[in-house]
Order: sequence, then C-alpha cells, then structure tokens
Amino acid sequence: MTLAANRIVAGQGVMAWNVADPVATWPGVAAVLLGLAFGLPARFARLRLCGAVLGLVGVLWVLMQGAPALLDQAGEYARVSPAMGFWFLFAIFSLLLVDALLAMAPGPLARGGLLAVVVGAMGAVLWSGLLSDLSILREYSARSDAFYREFLRHLGLAFGSLGAAAVIGFPVGILSHRRAGLRAAILPILSFLQTVPSLAMFGLMIPLLGWVGHTVPGAQAIGIAGIGFAPAFLALVLYSLLPVVGNTVAGLASAPPAAVEAARGMGMTQQQRLLRVELPLGLPIILTGLRIVLVQNIGLAVIAGLIGGGGFGTFVFQGLNQTATDLILLGALPTVILALASAIVMDILVELTRPTAKETA
Amino acid sequence: MIEIDRITKIYADTKAVDSVSMTVETGTITVIVGTSGSGKTTLLRMINRLEEPTSGEVRINGVPTMSVKPHILRRRIGYAIQGHGLFPHHTVARNIGAVPQLLKWSRAEINARVDELLALFSMEPKQFRNRYPAELSGGQQQRVGVARALASRPELLLMDEPFGALDPIIRNRAQEDLRRIQQKLGSTIMLVTHDMEEAILLGDRVAVMDGGKLVQHGTPAEIITRPATAFVANMVGDVERPLRLLSLIPLGEVVEPGAANGDALSTKASLRDALSACLWTGREAVPVENDGVVVGRVTLDTIRARAELHA
Repeated sequence: MTLAANRIVAGQGVMAWNVADPVATWPGVAAVLLGLAFGLPARFARLRLCGAVLGLVGVLWVLMQGAPALLDQAGEYARVSPAMGFWFLFAIFSLLLVDALLAMAPGPLARGGLLAVVVGAMGAVLWSGLLSDLSILREYSARSDAFYREFLRHLGLAFGSLGAAAVIGFPVGILSHRRAGLRAAILPILSFLQTVPSLAMFGLMIPLLGWVGHTVPGAQAIGIAGIGFAPAFLALVLYSLLPVVGNTVAGLASAPPAAVEAARGMGMTQQQRLLRVELPLGLPIILTGLRIVLVQNIGLAVIAGLIGGGGFGTFVFQGLNQTATDLILLGALPTVILALASAIVMDILVELTRPTAKETA
Repeated sequence: MIEIDRITKIYADTKAVDSVSMTVETGTITVIVGTSGSGKTTLLRMINRLEEPTSGEVRINGVPTMSVKPHILRRRIGYAIQGHGLFPHHTVARNIGAVPQLLKWSRAEINARVDELLALFSMEPKQFRNRYPAELSGGQQQRVGVARALASRPELLLMDEPFGALDPIIRNRAQEDLRRIQQKLGSTIMLVTHDMEEAILLGDRVAVMDGGKLVQHGTPAEIITRPATAFVANMVGDVERPLRLLSLIPLGEVVEPGAANGDALSTKASLRDALSACLWTGREAVPVENDGVVVGRVTLDTIRARAELHA
C-alpha cells in the first residue's frame, strides 16, 4: 500500500502487515497465503478456483482494513492507494480464476451467470463503502455526478456508434454480398478508413464537422460542430463500418453453397433465402463482427475525451494534466471492466447462435 | 408429360446445350448421361429455370415454363442435388417441410406429410424428425434430401447426381429405394449422372449427351444394343455390353420348367446375377424361386442365347 501526503506527490510504501493493527490484517494475509497454496498447483481446477476466490477476498480484506487505519493520523489531504503488491496479487489471482474457469469450461448460460455474480460482488463491495477511503474512490465521490454523466456519455458513444454502424453496415453488407463489383469497391475504402490513426481521425473531424456546422443551416442546432459529441460519434461509426460490413459479407458467404443452391432450386425468393438460410447460418460471424466493434469502440471512446466528446476519457485526460494517477484510473478501470463485460456477453451470444451448439442440446 | 423443345443455352461463344428436344412421359424415369462438360446439368437446370434458356422452350403438361415466375415454377418441381444441400440449422422435419411451408400448407398437413415421407424412406419418424442433418449418416442425409424434393408431390422431380457423394454400397441401396418409391408414387423423374451403369439400372429412358447435343435417346436396351455413335458405344463400354444387357433381363422373363441344384435366385434377379452364380459355383443351371417357391430354372445355354441375340 502507498500512503501519500496529498493526491499529487508520490507516496510511501507500507508493508501489508504494517497497514493496520495486526489483529485486523492477519485474516487477510492468511487468506492470501492460503489462496496461493491452493491456487498455484495446477492439478485441480476446482481447488484453483477456490484458491483464487480466497486470495481475492484476502487482498480486498487487507485493503479494507488498511485504508481507514492508515488515514487515521495522516492529515486531511492524505491519500491511500493500493501499491504494486496489491496489483500483483490481484493480477495473479485473477489469472488463476480465469485459468480455473477455462479448465472447467462452463456452458454459455453458466458463464453469463458467473459474470452477473462477479459484477454483483464488485458492486456490493463498492456500494458497502468499505473501500471508500481509497484514493480512487475519493476521486469518485468528489465527482460522482460527473462520473454518471460521463458513464452514460461513454455508453452512448460506444453503443450508439455500434447501432448506427449496424444500421448502415448491414444493408451495405447484404448488397455487397450479392454484387461482387460493389464488394470490390467498398471493402478497400473501409479498410483504408480503419488504418487512419485514431487521434488523426478525431483531429480530422474537427475541421470537417466544424465546416458543416457553419455552412449547413440548422446543423449547429442539432449539435453538429467541430468538437463535442458529434465528431467523436462519427469517427467511431467510421471505424465500426469495416468490421460490420466485412463480417456481414463473410457471414452470408459462410452458408454452404449446396444449401443456398437447394434453397434456390426449391423456389425460395432472394428475400426468403436471405432470411431463412444465409442470415441464420451467418449470424455467429456477424455477431463476432459486432463484438469486435463494441470492444474497439469502448476503448476508442476514451480518446473522444480529447475533443470534448465526453465519456471516461474526460477523467483520463484530466488526470494526465494534473498528474493525478487515481483520476486516470477512475477513467481507465471502468472502461476496461465495461469492455471485458461486453466481450464476455457478446461471446455468449455468438456461442448461442452457433448452429452446432444445438446438436449437443 | 414434359416436352423439351429445341432448347439452347449459349455462354459467351460456346453452346453449352445445342437445340435439344425430347419428351418425357409422366410416371417414368429419364436418365441424362454424359461426361463432364456435355451440357447435361445445364439442360436439367433449364427445366426449373435455374438457368434461363437462350432459346427454345420447355412445356410441363402443355404449359410453357416461361409463363410463370421462376420461384413459383420451382415450387412445383422437386430438386435434389449432389451433397444433398440440407439446411444445417433446421431439423429433418423442417428440411422436409420446406417447400410445403413455402406453399403455405397448414402445420398439420406438413407434419403428416413429413412422417409419411420418413416412413417411406425407412426412417422411423419419431426417431429422426427432430434430428439435425449433421447427426445423420451420409445415406440418411441423402434420403432426407430426396424426401424434401418429393414433399409437395411435385409434378416432376429433377435430380442432379443425387448419389454422387455416396459410397458404392449405400449408393446401390439408394438406387433401389428410388426405383421402389418412384414405382409406388408414380413420379416423373429426370436424373443427371455421369455413370452409365446407373443410367441403365434406373432409367426407363436414357438420354446420352455429348458436346451439348443429345446424341441418343432410347430405352436402356436400345442404348446397349444399338449405340448411335462411337461415343455412346464407348460410354456403354464395348467389353461390358453383353453383361450390361443381361443385367436388364429379369429371370422371371426367361425361366423354364426343370430342376437344378444349389441355392435358388429370385425371379426379380437378373440374368447377369444368374450367370455370375453359374460361373462361381460351376453349375450349368440355377433354380429360380418366387416368394420362396421354386418355379423352374435358368440354364447357361439360355443366358448365352439371350446375350448373342444382339451380337
């Protein structure tokens, strides 16, 4: 753990067993040691799972006990943050947890339940206020209104751009699937867009949309301007088009040619072939495209903070300017958690739509 | 009755099908046979307008196929292809019911038809109805593919190398099944193959295609005994012609009174089977039975006489 005089200066390390009264910390330290003992041997996945959970509880316990105790006599502006030791142990136990779960290979529904339990547990720990003395949560409580506003902004940017890209990308993908000429023209353009560095893309949006906002009447009234939500949104949509269109084309093409031919031969119209054969068979690949887009956009939306687009990026860049590490983390950690959770949910959806999954049912 | 009238298909400069005319009687199997590139598949695909003819026309019971929209036409014509083309994400029942569903039959009608067809193809409906194609063997997939093509009681069934992907033993069984079912239902079938043996075995009429042209159209016996061109003779295989011919003649047709030793053959077995049995067991004659009762015998002399009849 680190203890610092205020939020800016570098802190001073404090060993786990010194953070508080030994009586208060020893159950946590013991749990960590026990967790390592259970978790490190690779033989039994269940044992490793227990060890990982025990270890996580242990490090959290030390954190909970340590934070108020350290702050007790340290002055009004003092800050407590987890230090290297915590992050290391946290990473080790998380890896053990993931590894154990992979070895146990739960079904898609079980994974969904597990995700809900983990998110619920995290929510409960944060809600209970047991960790609220930590620096990062101090930063949070100082701007909880802004946090929720930017959280919604972030969701709006990531999911909104996904939705817009899907609305544009699906029809384009379906048309490109049918016409080889269109496909040959569109995919290179989209992959070129994908190669524009994200900062440059956001930068390019500023003059472009600024010009639109000035010249097109009424554009400014609906929020189109050089900086802010609109350019960030547009840039994200442009980035999303390649995965959406590309995977739609690949998905539709993945239907076995004999099945498509049979569908034509039995008298299905083009529409019926699309809805009954090509789309259902291509759905896993199409959803994989959406998964890529979603995870990518949740990450990219951070950079939108630079051009006033809002989102968690706001905190990251504020934190960078103030050299306040915990403020950066306040922006970065929720982004990572959001991206991970979305990836897991989308993976579950992909698996559920895979036709082979039904065979085992 | 299906009338194909001077139908032609031209791709770029090559004539894939060159002014082919033929008539197919209702309730018969016509096998179109040829090497690859002979235009046989294109000819078949022009009948349900998967390929649009460059010129000429096809009439089904007097009605030109060009007078209806292609997808409406195709719902009236069964279509079975090599590698079955089943929908992997649909159950067997949904696959078989696909065309009736397009024709908006009621659910009860479709279910009844699916069970009827599964039973016809010797697949227990309860056991197979809800399986997915990937859970079936190759032979079963192929049978479901043919059942699907027959589901709406089409006036014509087109089959493009339907048995091409099967191994020889299963292929034999599938061919026998098709014959049996065709006789039971009285379906009109046009089947494309590159295998002359299959053509002779299955066809009431055999049409031989070469270079886009129809070079001969006749009964299997005519094709074997009087090949119109060297190409047809070559397809039949000169050395095997007598054997092919013998395989067309059932024992019931030539059985004579008298006794013979050894295992009996059915009246439905062919003279080729009888010849094979004679040679293998060193007999001069084999007994012939009908439903377990010996009705006479067939001698090697009779077999030889029939084979020489056309020489």
